[in-house]
Amino acid sequence: MSFSHQLKNQLNKAGYFGKNGGRFVPETLMPALEELSAAYDHYSNQKEFWQELNYYLTEYSGRVTPLYLANRLSKQYSTKKYRVKAYLKREDLNHTGAHKINNALGQALLAKRMGKKRVIAETGAGQHGVATATVCALLGLECQIYMGAVDMERQELNVYRMRLLGAEVIPVTSGSRTLKDACNEAIRDWVTNVDDTYYIIGSVVGPHPYPLMVRDFQKVIGQETKIQIQEKEGRLPDFIVACVGGGSNAMGMFYPFIDELGVQLFGIEAAGEGLTSGRHAASISKGRKGVLHGSLSYLLQDDAGQIEEAHSISAGLDYPGVGPEHAWLKDIGRVNYQAITDGEALTAFHSLSRLEGIIPALESSHAVAFLDKMSPYFEQMEKPEILVVVNLSGRGDKDVITVRQEGASFDD
Amino acid sequence: MTKSTSRLDKTFTLAKASGRKVFMPFITAGYPSLKDTAKLVAAMCRGGADIIELGVPFSDPLADGPVIQKASQAALINGTTLSKVLDLVSDMRHGSELGEVPVVLLLYYNTIYAYGPERFVADAVDCGVDGIVVPDLPYEESGELRALARSKGLAVIAIAAPTTSPERLKRILKDASGFVYYTSVTGVTGTRKALREQLSGEIVKVKHATTLPVLIGFGIANADQARQAAVISDGVIMGSSLINLVEKCAPSALQTELEEYIRAIKLSI
Repeated sequence: MSFSHQLKNQLNKAGYFGKNGGRFVPETLMPALEELSAAYDHYSNQKEFWQELNYYLTEYSGRVTPLYLANRLSKQYSTKKYRVKAYLKREDLNHTGAHKINNALGQALLAKRMGKKRVIAETGAGQHGVATATVCALLGLECQIYMGAVDMERQELNVYRMRLLGAEVIPVTSGSRTLKDACNEAIRDWVTNVDDTYYIIGSVVGPHPYPLMVRDFQKVIGQETKIQIQEKEGRLPDFIVACVGGGSNAMGMFYPFIDELGVQLFGIEAAGEGLTSGRHAASISKGRKGVLHGSLSYLLQDDAGQIEEAHSISAGLDYPGVGPEHAWLKDIGRVNYQAITDGEALTAFHSLSRLEGIIPALESSHAVAFLDKMSPYFEQMEKPEILVVVNLSGRGDKDVITVRQEGASFDD
Repeated sequence: MTKSTSRLDKTFTLAKASGRKVFMPFITAGYPSLKDTAKLVAAMCRGGADIIELGVPFSDPLADGPVIQKASQAALINGTTLSKVLDLVSDMRHGSELGEVPVVLLLYYNTIYAYGPERFVADAVDCGVDGIVVPDLPYEESGELRALARSKGLAVIAIAAPTTSPERLKRILKDASGFVYYTSVTGVTGTRKALREQLSGEIVKVKHATTLPVLIGFGIANADQARQAAVISDGVIMGSSLINLVEKCAPSALQTELEEYIRAIKLSI
């Protein structure tokens, strides 16, 4: 039996991936989640829904995104024994600069069909907020974005972009004033305005059916990659690497490969200042199971179950939880989860910029940085040619200010 | 029947027999400090509280409005944990504060999950807790906890909301115990200007689905609203307005003020 087959059976009606997931929300929201599940079941079985989504993905967002052979990068890792071919899946070339638009378009089209007039969303780095504001402008929906006050400061430009697009950005000043608190506030808004409001969650987190739905809207990444690598190489890759915060770009990339057991999958978390520093965002590597924002998964928490603040130089990975499907893939050992520090990500940010002329998002830089640690895995393959795909989930323009501030200590 | 359920049942039986409504005031445990909590509980009991609801602080209380969020955060900074709250209930049960007044804990599921559900139920009952309200644990996810609690006689209070359909009400109230907690608004905790007009019709629907007493909480701001809510139900729950009082009142006058406030609400319902 393939993993994928198991996976499809694993997701039962209550929305559990193995023992992860579920619907841990106030009673007020339960009928809304049932309505959402029913609507998603209904429309996701309609050809017209996917045709319309594909139309926007192609004509508006610019898909198919290239699978680019990064030659100069590849050379860094090739040896006398084997040649490495590192491909970048260019999600950074999407409209708005990241994979987030895939999901925002899908959910906004669903919201429209459900007759919802008002859309809310949470955002960390601002990429999901910008994508949501963009599709709301496109489809004529009212849009309010919750964003932690700390994140608003460090991603000022994205705040301005959202406002340009006609969205209202609501600062969140409770708790740690970052992504987790923006999620709390968005959920509170949804509980209050559940009648006319659609909540577009930006990652494969939250109560069922969100993790499933967001993954379905992101799986286009892996589907395209599978076709592209076959066309270019006539075979599947040996390795796929993607960064994991909540985990939507990784889930979208991994999903079509889950039953391809010859493809080794690596999910890269943010190790922040180091896994033993207490300042990181590595929920899978260092967390324990628990319940936050509607689902059961790995969390950063203390012994008493209080959620701990995450830390990462990349605002998009700065979240103390992770999607329940990732928790399951960890539990069954299908995906290898590793972590990359702020410093390693910055080094990769610089080197990709210089080697390939591509400035990656700090989130994606974590995945690129992992290439530096892959030689033991390459050795084990005992193959003359090794194919690696790195999901370049977003572009780094939004991070230029952060990187400049860090520049003195890392720049050569 | 075990002792803890009987304390809740006895309260409702007595109230019904004498035609009185039940008042369950809520405060956050550990706010301003755990020592204060014991004194405030004693004051609420003297004022005539029928059931005491204690909030166990959580870092991410997504069902709570700003007032209780703030109190929770202050309580966490004080070092309040579930273990300490359980110890406090035990002390108050054995001391002079509580007597036989039932105690209901409001806590988010992750605090129970981290503590270990089985150990939690056992310790809660041992410490003299009578029921629990878990705002982020809907019926579908609570099967295991309800089974554990039932075996020990701890009531897992069912929550119903304005969005809950009649069919769903029947399903989720089928094997409920203690009482039903009806959230009078779709939203988070916190005071509102007025009760919703539809409330009385909604309570009738809940009453159709259960024989348990129904208490109304979320949004009740003052004695007048409490009276209106009590007329159509078996009693009322108030939290944010009490936390406001605790926050604003001078420490020296707090116990007397709180006792008087509780008495005033009791008289109005």
